[in-house]
Amino acid sequence: MTGLLHFWSTHRGELARLIEQHVMLVFVSTSVAALVGIPAGILAFHRPRLGRPLLFFANVAQTIPSLALFGFLLPLPFIGGVGPRTALVTLTLYALLPIIRTTVGGLQSLDRSVIEAGVAMGMTPRQLLFMVELPLAFPSIVAGLRVATVIGVATATIAAAIGAGGLGEYIFRGLSMVDSTTILAGAIPAAALALVADGCLAWLEHLVRSRRAPSRAPAIAAVAGLAVVTVLVWSASAAPSGSGVVVGSKNFTEQVVLGELMAQAIEAEGAPVVRKLNLGGTFICDRALRSGDMDLYVEYTGTAVTAVFHEEVPHDPRAAFERARELYARGGVTALEPLGFNNTFAILVRTRDAQRLGLRSIADLRAVAGGWTPGFGYEFLERADGYPGLSRTYGLTFAAAPRAMDLSLIYKALGDGRVDLIAGDATSAQIDALDLTALDDNLHYFPPYDAAPVVRTSALLRHPEIGRAMARLAGRVTEKDMRGMNRAVDVDRRDPGEVARRFLAGLK
Amino acid sequence: MTSSAVVQFQDVKFAYPNAAPLIDGLTLSVDPGEVIVLVGRSGAGKSTILKLVNRIILPLAGAVRVEGRDTREWDAIRLRRRTGYVLQDVGLFPHMTVEENVGLVPRLERWPADRIRARTRALLELVGLPPATFTSRWPSELSGGQRQRVGVARALAIDPPILLMDEPFGALDPVTRAELQREFARIQRQLKTTVMLVTHDMAEAFALAHRIGVLDQGGLVLCDAPESVARSRDRRVRVLLDTMSRAPETGVTT
Repeated sequence: MTGLLHFWSTHRGELARLIEQHVMLVFVSTSVAALVGIPAGILAFHRPRLGRPLLFFANVAQTIPSLALFGFLLPLPFIGGVGPRTALVTLTLYALLPIIRTTVGGLQSLDRSVIEAGVAMGMTPRQLLFMVELPLAFPSIVAGLRVATVIGVATATIAAAIGAGGLGEYIFRGLSMVDSTTILAGAIPAAALALVADGCLAWLEHLVRSRRAPSRAPAIAAVAGLAVVTVLVWSASAAPSGSGVVVGSKNFTEQVVLGELMAQAIEAEGAPVVRKLNLGGTFICDRALRSGDMDLYVEYTGTAVTAVFHEEVPHDPRAAFERARELYARGGVTALEPLGFNNTFAILVRTRDAQRLGLRSIADLRAVAGGWTPGFGYEFLERADGYPGLSRTYGLTFAAAPRAMDLSLIYKALGDGRVDLIAGDATSAQIDALDLTALDDNLHYFPPYDAAPVVRTSALLRHPEIGRAMARLAGRVTEKDMRGMNRAVDVDRRDPGEVARRFLAGLK
Repeated sequence: MTSSAVVQFQDVKFAYPNAAPLIDGLTLSVDPGEVIVLVGRSGAGKSTILKLVNRIILPLAGAVRVEGRDTREWDAIRLRRRTGYVLQDVGLFPHMTVEENVGLVPRLERWPADRIRARTRALLELVGLPPATFTSRWPSELSGGQRQRVGVARALAIDPPILLMDEPFGALDPVTRAELQREFARIQRQLKTTVMLVTHDMAEAFALAHRIGVLDQGGLVLCDAPESVARSRDRRVRVLLDTMSRAPETGVTT
């Protein structure tokens, strides 16, 4: 708890900015959804033939996982792109369903005789709508708005994955650092925000309902007008600010550090840089790169060939890089020379065991495996190119069946002696922190995951600074360097920008 | 059929899509100031007849004329302002006070506020609800009988020449019902409004009607003064008369 308070007090400015972004994301998206959804609900109620497909569409939109929806929208013109715009569109789509639903539901549940009386009194459809139907459906519509807002506050945390900011930044940062304080630093204000927003709407509802009918319309019009103005102002300010080289990264420590490294190197060459770091994974980075929202980020050769292009990875590192370079080139993207380190799977043991038993390579394990218990992540345990292939290739038979455990716990388990060997990440900060040793993959069982900058070719031509900066980094970042930088951020809690600056200073 | 008839049905046929005709060959004419009560069992198309008058629906064949003009030629809104409507469920607007409910149609007609106020008060007096007590009440704060009185007041708001009533007192307890029927008869005598009232309650028909129309199979079996209906030997009329627990008293309103 004190850690949390300390975190907030040291990050006051940033926290305020993230809360503001979060509030704006939810306010703007829910307002737009209300401006679209309430009329859509009215239409759906009066024209069921139009209404059914409309509700179906809203239902479908609701079932798409948010990260997938972000991915689909990223490459689209006007509504896509890395940043708040895509997030706003996604959040609006999510908010639509509850609003349309409750509008239709509220209208459907109206007493038939009341409507009949209105019609028989000679009310026009318009008068009936504004004087009878909407006022009576009002509580139901507000309930829908409240649901949409609370869902919006929750979903907006995921918006950080596509660079829209908000409290999700702390949550994603905390997840990648396996640091619960940082996660809570984002999650607690988000939860509080949901409660406050819901309370505000409840209060607003009470206020509107306690007023007499005639004064209602201007109040609602004022809120709607305010929403429209906010949308316009904010979408204008959310538009890409100025031109510069857009550097991106995925959402884990190493990627953020590398993003900073590239950004600072390019800045040192004299080109302005826009940072879009901490984006939600390979898929989103790749989409952003291809849609022109991002100019470069660091990809790993193995990931590029399998995850991006769905091909088998050659086991020779150079061949893998050449293959990735060729595949990227077809799409107008240039893969530059690798940075120097290979972030592959590493078979890790405690350093004192390695020294005591003279273990240098995985093959050396054959002698000791009979008495050892390994621990693996769920994915590694299952994948054909994980544990099954490993034991076959190296002819390893362990004393006990491998323990399956979460990746975040696996290093600690090895350090504590609960397991004797794990498959981890070659550049993990924990390797140095827990005094572990990576065994040499002398049979080249694991595919290579050499880190290499991938750049939009057009950006490379437009900004020669990128080429110069990357040439300065090529082959200069060793596994040891990367582990050290990861550790500085994850364990010593240093700022990624500062860590990158220090490394660059040492390069000269 | 006199040309002075306020409402006229001529060989009217009506059916909902994909259903047997509800009204078939109905001919009927209602004179100014007359109270005509249409009786029939459930599903005999009683409510449908009223909806044909204020153009909620249009006939498939034949013609319905209101004040001499075919309902097809009437502007629906204008027509409905000339035909007050009272339903069994009343249909008061729950988000409006008694005063706002009664004053709604005058408001739609853009009457000045003070005229609406005066009219609302007069109407509440007329239906036996002291304005001082009732103007600012909400519908949810009223008893069933009070609600129906407000419903009648609302229907009369701009003094429509025709009043359509769909089982207006059906949901009330017998004592309240008898009381409201008496008062309604008084109001009608006072205003001379033409009334078309439908009910399945033969006793109500005898209590209020100048003429009773007995409906069966989509048409009128007979339409005559209550005394004549009471004497009818027609089997379909007898069946309805037999539902009454006591002997018909005639002539309450004449």
